[in-house]
Amino acid sequence: MRLAPYRHGLRAGIGFGLAAFLVGISFGVLAEPLMGPVAPVVMSAVVFAGAAQFGATAVLAAGGDAFTAIAAGTMLNARFLPMGLAAAPSLRGRPLRRAVEGQAVVDASWALAVRGEGSFDRELLLGATMPQYPAWVAGTLIGVLAGGALGDPDTLGLDAIFPAFFLGLLAAELSRPRAAAAALLGGAIALSLTPVLPPGLPVLLASAASLIGIRTAR
Amino acid sequence: MTAVWATIGGLAAITAAIKAAGPLALGGRELPERALAVIALLAPALLAALVLTDTFSHDGELTVDARAAGLACAGGAVLLRAPLLVTVLVAAVGTAAVRALA
Repeated sequence: MRLAPYRHGLRAGIGFGLAAFLVGISFGVLAEPLMGPVAPVVMSAVVFAGAAQFGATAVLAAGGDAFTAIAAGTMLNARFLPMGLAAAPSLRGRPLRRAVEGQAVVDASWALAVRGEGSFDRELLLGATMPQYPAWVAGTLIGVLAGGALGDPDTLGLDAIFPAFFLGLLAAELSRPRAAAAALLGGAIALSLTPVLPPGLPVLLASAASLIGIRTAR
Repeated sequence: MTAVWATIGGLAAITAAIKAAGPLALGGRELPERALAVIALLAPALLAALVLTDTFSHDGELTVDARAAGLACAGGAVLLRAPLLVTVLVAAVGTAAVRALA
């Protein structure tokens, strides 16, 4: 594979990767007492979705069964459905290859790759995800190994990394027309539904805020 | 322990299916202009929802805790046009500082 077209995405992905590494450490620390040393690393390698992994692990830690844990993780990942629809027209090749390229959809890379007017940059998506995957798995491994020494990752404030990360991505979006209105509406939907729906669904339903784009489209 | 591995296997398969669904359903077809206008607004809507639920919710309840202080620090960093990694570190330090003082 020629790397040149992916260079811009790779460069952005290194910063995303460092953040994924830190959050991966906190996942490893939190999951190790419940799962042992091997399962958290395998989970990061095959699931590769932070929020869903934290959510499913929290269900298991609270004594929930596998079905409930999978359901929680699935709801937390449901936002990848609209994200995949947005990315679809720019992906390449036969159906199997498109499906594989679609696995590169993670929050940070996707937000970077959505261009104005709804077009989508495939090379940015793939390039930005490349550093995040090894960083996420390696962070989990470090967290599992160092867990006892680190203590509670919350004392280091690692749980604030995700929202700060998304805030930084959001700030880059707000210069686009109507983006601020969609953000306010999406945020209001998510917060107001949080007390009444299981985690994950409020975020999925917040995607309905993007429908304000219909009215003003020419 | 079986529950852990069943969760990992099930969640991996479902996550892969969710991510594959859009590309498989649409293929290479171009979307109509109205759909593109909606898609352009998906990112701000979803990101704002993630920022707020990751900061102000815990176990399905709305809460205000040290993460809010971290988010405020991150907001300051964003206004100063700090790089993303600096924004993230500032948020972690701010949250840790509030927890240490509490």
